[in-house]
Amino acid sequence: MSVRARLRRWLPHPALSLLLTLTWVALQNEFAAAQWLMGAILGVAIPQLLRPFWPDPPPVRSWRAVLAYAAVVLWDIAKANVQVAGWVLLRRPETLRSTWLVVPLKLRIPEAITLLAGTITMTPGTVSCDLAADGSALLVHCLHTDDAAATVAEIKTRYEARLVRIFGEGEA
Amino acid sequence: MADVLIALLLLVGAFFGLVGSWGLVRLPQTMQRLHAPTKATTLGVGGVLLASMVYFGWVRGEWSIHELLITLFLFLTAPVSAFMLARAWLHRERGRRRATLPRPGASGVDWGVYQPPPEESGNGVEARR
Repeated sequence: MSVRARLRRWLPHPALSLLLTLTWVALQNEFAAAQWLMGAILGVAIPQLLRPFWPDPPPVRSWRAVLAYAAVVLWDIAKANVQVAGWVLLRRPETLRSTWLVVPLKLRIPEAITLLAGTITMTPGTVSCDLAADGSALLVHCLHTDDAAATVAEIKTRYEARLVRIFGEGEA
Repeated sequence: MADVLIALLLLVGAFFGLVGSWGLVRLPQTMQRLHAPTKATTLGVGGVLLASMVYFGWVRGEWSIHELLITLFLFLTAPVSAFMLARAWLHRERGRRRATLPRPGASGVDWGVYQPPPEESGNGVEARR
């Protein structure tokens, strides 16, 4: 068995293993070697238990793109919070033009679509509500927008395009 | 100096928490009110957590990273619960509001609440279910 296959066997989700280890150490709030060891044991054991339920996780193509995505999302959350606070405090609720948006998806990878839906919900002003039965579009509720098409285009260029860079499009 | 920073962060967090609650009270439609918790949990809780990190790190001299975990767990759970609430609403209102919803692009395809996923069709999404 090659080193690579061996690694895949023991660490089917390397990023998850790392995250679990870090989460354990952070939970203990103590950086002693014993905590790192316990974290590492959990990081190996939990993905093993998980493997039957999550057979082939999509590989991350570029970790630089992941960092860029995280930065863009955090910035947008701060920006949109201020905007939405303005609407809620200063406008009469009757003047808010709430509307449904349909975001057609180019992404085909379930994990990537999940991330996109979560991002849409966490950025204030939009909540993702449902996925088309065939996974081809997201139903999004928008608290207020003057130009629905522009909001959809922004979601697609700001978030979806970056997720495509991270995961690739998947088989169409 | 640290006091000023902590106070500022707490005020920012409290302000956005208040705005979220105010929205929850004021907004007339259920779907509009669903927006309030996503606001409160991002900058509202974020401000308080940052203040806590600065306090423990700077004033007490013991670094605390529990706050980062709280952020992580919130970001994992808030979208899921919002999604479940929205789907419950879509299901409950299926008689009255369904006609007012936009349809997903392709013909014959409806939203997941109203239609089971199609059987295996070589499409990446279903193939891996």
